[in-house]
Amino acid sequence: MQLVRRLAIASATMLVLFGIGLWLQDGLIEYVQRIVLLAGINVILAVGLNLINGTTGQFSIGHAGFMAVGAYGAAFFGVKLAPFVQRLVGIGAAADAVTLNIALLIGALLAGLAGLLVGAPSLRLRGDYLAVVTLGFGEIIRISFNNAQFLGAATGYFGDTPAGLPAYTSFFWVYGWAIAIVILIRNLTFSQTGRSLAAIREDEIAAEAMATPTTRLKVLAFSLSAASAGIAGGLFAYMQSGIRPEDFRFDKSIDMIVMIIIGGLGSISGAVVGGIFVAVTLELMRDLQQYRLVLYALLLIIIMLVRPEGLLGSRELSEVIRARFKRTKGPVEAAK
Amino acid sequence: MSLLSLQKVDKIFGGLRALKEVSFDVPAKAIFGLIGPNGAGKTTLFNVITGVYTPDGGAIHFEGQAIGGQSPAQVANRGIARTFQNIRLFRSMTVEENVMVAGHHLHQANVLSAMFRTRAHAADEARLQKHARELLEVMGLGKHAQDVAGSLPYGSQRRLEIARALMLKPKLLLLDEPAAGMNSQEAAELERQIRFLRDELGLTIVLVEHNMAVVMSVCETVHVVDHGETIAHGTPEQVKQDPAVLAAYLGKSTEDVA
Repeated sequence: MQLVRRLAIASATMLVLFGIGLWLQDGLIEYVQRIVLLAGINVILAVGLNLINGTTGQFSIGHAGFMAVGAYGAAFFGVKLAPFVQRLVGIGAAADAVTLNIALLIGALLAGLAGLLVGAPSLRLRGDYLAVVTLGFGEIIRISFNNAQFLGAATGYFGDTPAGLPAYTSFFWVYGWAIAIVILIRNLTFSQTGRSLAAIREDEIAAEAMATPTTRLKVLAFSLSAASAGIAGGLFAYMQSGIRPEDFRFDKSIDMIVMIIIGGLGSISGAVVGGIFVAVTLELMRDLQQYRLVLYALLLIIIMLVRPEGLLGSRELSEVIRARFKRTKGPVEAAK
Repeated sequence: MSLLSLQKVDKIFGGLRALKEVSFDVPAKAIFGLIGPNGAGKTTLFNVITGVYTPDGGAIHFEGQAIGGQSPAQVANRGIARTFQNIRLFRSMTVEENVMVAGHHLHQANVLSAMFRTRAHAADEARLQKHARELLEVMGLGKHAQDVAGSLPYGSQRRLEIARALMLKPKLLLLDEPAAGMNSQEAAELERQIRFLRDELGLTIVLVEHNMAVVMSVCETVHVVDHGETIAHGTPEQVKQDPAVLAAYLGKSTEDVA
């Protein structure tokens, strides 16, 4: 029964996404479509990063590196894989969809492995030390791509044809993946594992005394977080004709951190809101040209002054709505 | 047979010898008091037993097996749970969640089953929640299950730490100043709860406590340390009369006290 209900919900969601996707393709100019896709990719990045920075309280400032691993991995293997898939399925939308998703999974796997490699030794460190180590690893990853000849080195990777990477990424796939990742991470957060991660954030010594396998859980959260960044990277890669190492610089990591802090550290709905907020405001201010980043920074400062806990605080949207509901309902009940 | 046994345990911090050849045995189902003036090394002893510190000498046996130098999580898994002198709750989580965190042994499903919300996961959650609720009832916190832990009054926070420790299904419970900050009424309630844990749940309890009324009332055996050394050991009555104890607490001359 449960399975049937879930399949029904999933199919309905997919149908709705597909419909919106078609409508967007016809109704909106390409520029706006791009912002919508970027917002979805940001959501994946923010929700993934929030698992380690928000829930577990281990500050990573090198997630652009994992996004890069996912982007290059998905792009490279997708390009190599496409001919085989086309031979099996035939050239067309089906082959594209299969190639994209296999490529994304490969990208996520590689990013997750990179997360494991970085996390296993460094998550024994606490606090600021971890931040510095992740920063260093992020840069190492980017510079490695900068020098990898078979991936186009500093010019970037554009696939094997002059046309560049195929434009597989669509509204349907970006938001399909975004919804799936939000649900999976939400489910993980509200489970014994999620509680243990939060316990590590709250008091690591007490968590250890309660038999929590702290290092193993931190590495797990870090890898999952890196894998999400990998998915986002893969979708990002197939959104444009090619990817360059400088797409994944340090400031990309900072962008991600801004998303989760603006949204409210530790809140999944906050990360969703923050991801969309950053994509939209950055684009809306594009007309301001050189003043854009100045104004953006100013906006961030204002938000932090007015709402230092972020737009949603550490609460989830459902809790905020419930609290509102209670408040408006309270006096009415009292009147009875 | 003794459940916990310390033989000549040493702990050195730089030039300070915090523990000097401390030895004692805690029999199963005892309520064992560990007292001494401030800085005597009581909390250091707890930290050495629970794996926060590695002893620099001597041996610690629990149920006949050496545990000195194991990690806190390993020691906890063997059945030693503790509370902290400077309350270490997961403050922004609810009371119930605080207790559930310690329920790893009741949790069987893996991470994927949580991510995909399988039946095994639902069963885990139900089991954890049920057990947590029971323990909160035992400690008189049933009404506060959904409150944020950090918002509880001080005495309740101390009791919540005990409930959380109990979730580990320990054989030995180490309580670090459980009555600190409690008024006499709360302390009396705590005494009742400590006896309940031993009599009904069959736990062995070691407590560090400065509230002498509590120590003298619940403990069967008291071990006194000062400057990291054992100075007395015996029943509360014996220890109360011991000149070395009086000297440590009140000053050198025992005549003044008498």
